[in-house]
Amino acid sequence: MSIRLTITSQIEQVADEQKIKLPPLTDGLVLLDSGLDSLCFAILVARLEDSLGIDPFTASDDVYFPVTLGDFVRVYENAAKSLAVAS
Amino acid sequence: MPRSHWPSLRSSINSSGPLRYLWAAGATVCLNDLAGGTSLGGRLPELCGKSVLLATAEQITAALALIELDGIARRIVVCPPDLPTEYLSHLVERAEIDAVVTDGVRALGDCNVPLRVTCTTTLAPAPSVPSAGLRTEWVLLTSGTTGVPKMVAHSIAGLTGAIKGCLDPDIVWGTFYDIRRFGGLQIFLRALLGGNSLVLSACGEAVADHLARLGNRGVTHLTGTPSHWRRALMSPALRAVTPRYVRLSGEIADQAILDQLRAFFPAASIAHAYASTEAGVGFEVDDGLEGFPASMIGPNGGDVHMEVVSGSLHIRSPRAATRYIGPGSPDLCDDQGFVDTRDMVELRDGRYYFAGRRDGIINVGGLKVHPEEVEAVINRHPDVRMSLVRSRRNPITGEIVVAEVLLRTAPTGESAASRTAELKREIMQCCRADLAEHKVPASIRFVSTLDVSEAGKLARYHA
Repeated sequence: MSIRLTITSQIEQVADEQKIKLPPLTDGLVLLDSGLDSLCFAILVARLEDSLGIDPFTASDDVYFPVTLGDFVRVYENAAKSLAVAS
Repeated sequence: MPRSHWPSLRSSINSSGPLRYLWAAGATVCLNDLAGGTSLGGRLPELCGKSVLLATAEQITAALALIELDGIARRIVVCPPDLPTEYLSHLVERAEIDAVVTDGVRALGDCNVPLRVTCTTTLAPAPSVPSAGLRTEWVLLTSGTTGVPKMVAHSIAGLTGAIKGCLDPDIVWGTFYDIRRFGGLQIFLRALLGGNSLVLSACGEAVADHLARLGNRGVTHLTGTPSHWRRALMSPALRAVTPRYVRLSGEIADQAILDQLRAFFPAASIAHAYASTEAGVGFEVDDGLEGFPASMIGPNGGDVHMEVVSGSLHIRSPRAATRYIGPGSPDLCDDQGFVDTRDMVELRDGRYYFAGRRDGIINVGGLKVHPEEVEAVINRHPDVRMSLVRSRRNPITGEIVVAEVLLRTAPTGESAASRTAELKREIMQCCRADLAEHKVPASIRFVSTLDVSEAGKLARYHA
């Protein structure tokens, strides 16, 4: 499964558990408008660490929390790339 | 030197009474023989008035030395089996140790004490040594903390204060604890004062072998932590053990483990007790329910007075420890004489429930979670044997709750993956139904083992 698909399916899962109705998951979606609260994002980041093996926000001090879903996916894609380069 | 009006432990040994034994894996000692014999090679007089460090590899030698030393030594510092050798010299200095009793097996490192006496399970005939009548200070080490443990002083009167009842030679005690820690020492003293035999575990002994010995010796009273019991319930060898009294203490006894033991031992009386090295034996609950009735809090006419202060259980009791040993040690009690146990309780419908340790709280974005309350919910799932809930650092909430779960039987075969996913969903649903959102684990991982510490407690790793 691609990183993007992993992320969107995990977002849907968290929203489903928390009974939150999501807007369409487009790249331009502003995360704060998604209906997910900070606990949801905390859960999402923990689960993505389980499935992707990375937590880009804790691994580096330089990462700012992304504004849109597209930014969010890119943070993970970039972290995965630099992990691949490093190994 | 304070003199004791309390009879020494030695006086509970009688050469002519019913025969009673200490049974370990490789050794058996008839306690009656101790009336005219010694485990210390006749060197007991040398230990008179000394501050003694008792450091043996096996429990059985420690047990014999304790019986002989009470009332003779000024102080006995009892070393638990897992105490790192490098800490010994620290204890020697802080407790002003001037003699070591060892079995010659346990490593003593570089601790420099001129007087060393060897203790064995082969009793030598010895003239009885008149009791020095000393009020021996018993020193136990705290467990479950990192770094050098604290030394906690007790009197034998305090240690035995909760032991009631008359002599019943038919009782055979067994314990999963080590008698060199508070919980196990209680059982040792109960067996000793009750005129009973006791089955001890041995260093490195497999659970199944220990259970087989408990069964063979016809143990009637069996005690351990909830983690000990969960591990025992995983062994088919537990079928051979038929105690009539089952006791849990040392960790929170949740409803799941109480129910599992009730189902496994339908005829036994099952009790869970609250005790700590510092506060002593607090109380015992035998109604089969987790927690304890709220009526036990406040002055109740008994000798143990409990209060809840900012959610933490405070205990004032004649069975509590007297002090911490060593220069610069903190006070054990507040100025009212209460020990703060740091065990957090919550009142619900007329009953107090243990929530967890104050030091173990997970902070999820400012909201508090006790790992133990989450574990209690997970453990209620019928397929779960035990669980460990811990904190994982999180960039958004600082920390988040994650769980490791040990199933009774791991799914196998073709449907294993789908059954595993289903179990994960079911456990999550249980948590969501019973816990606030921030307490629900973000992640559940199935594991094949969970570490239990030497003290019989679930090993927790505080990040």
